[in-house]
Amino acid sequence: MMCMVCGCGEGGIRIEGHGHSHDREQGHHPGHDHDRHYHNRHEHTHDYGQGPAHAHAPGLSQARMVQVEEDILGKNNQYAAANRLRLAELGILALNLVSSPGSGKTALLTRTLDDLKDALKLSVIEGDQQTANDAERVRDTGVKAVQINTGKGCHLDAHQVGHAIETLQPETQSVLFIENLGNLVCPAAFDLGEAHKVVILSITEGEDKPIKYPYMFHAADLMLLNKIDLLPYVQFDLDRCIEYARRVNPSIKVLQLSATSGEGMTSWYQWIKAARQLALIGR
Amino acid sequence: MHEMSLCESLLQVLEEHAQRQGFSRVRTVWLEIGTLSSVEPEAMRFSFDVVTRGTLADRAELEIIDVPGEAWCMQCSKRVVITKHFDACPDCGGYELQVTAGKEMRVKELEVE
Repeated sequence: MMCMVCGCGEGGIRIEGHGHSHDREQGHHPGHDHDRHYHNRHEHTHDYGQGPAHAHAPGLSQARMVQVEEDILGKNNQYAAANRLRLAELGILALNLVSSPGSGKTALLTRTLDDLKDALKLSVIEGDQQTANDAERVRDTGVKAVQINTGKGCHLDAHQVGHAIETLQPETQSVLFIENLGNLVCPAAFDLGEAHKVVILSITEGEDKPIKYPYMFHAADLMLLNKIDLLPYVQFDLDRCIEYARRVNPSIKVLQLSATSGEGMTSWYQWIKAARQLALIGR
Repeated sequence: MHEMSLCESLLQVLEEHAQRQGFSRVRTVWLEIGTLSSVEPEAMRFSFDVVTRGTLADRAELEIIDVPGEAWCMQCSKRVVITKHFDACPDCGGYELQVTAGKEMRVKELEVE
């Protein structure tokens, strides 16, 4: 089935409530041919000089040069720009939540939803490789959510998120949380059209994560240091962690909190509300 | 392994240009990859071979052009060369750096037929 929005007609990515599935990987690499990796990198010949450039004589293999100058992520960035425009028109603040697996991202999110759902209109896009467990956890709070399963994919892209927004129909002037896959590498490169990337790092993970995974900390506007209630029990140098994060990204903001004890959550909520005000002013 | 999906995007770029600029085979792809981009050139080569199999770029060569990382140092008010996001300014040792180049992931040109 051909998608009506963007013309995509590929068959493993699943978006709840969306009429077709995408699998960018199928078809491009069927089977596995090991010989392929060992081919001689210079086996073909370059036949420059067999005629003027751009000329094509039948039967003659005419190589020519073509200027492209195009960003590899250009397509994703176009979808991201379209998402950003649509979100801005609706006055929606979109936050892209990124972290390693096990940082407590979903627990932080569900607590946030519980605490803010009376004050703000909220909705959630959940990204995981498999299962709709997280979307169900979110729906248990009473907030609407749509699950994207990326199949083999390691990150959300702007195209999937565009479809998810369509299915989800977030309300005007609401806050949309996009919970990315637990992965500090790939989601750094993919703009989804969000206002901010928010990186969550729990203190059970090690203080040097910002320099081990610099791309993500460079791309984020806010770092949430989660599970600070466990500080007495783990070896974690808070100051050093923050210093590392600022090396990678001098303008990153840092909040310390615990989704379990509730400590520091008020500052996070104030940040969300302030960011939302800015999103509304910028309409 | 997001190099795989980057290569899928790269293939889309090639397919679009094939239509627009009228070619049916790609022999060589010149790709600008910044030192500060999140791309591992070797993973890119591997993925490129896998993703392009059976396409217009089957067995094409991938030439990767390294683009050095560059940042503006606030303290020194000048451009400096860096190799990692968390490098200090080589002159003043400060971290008040704004990256100005080296995040590129661009298809520069193609040899086609």
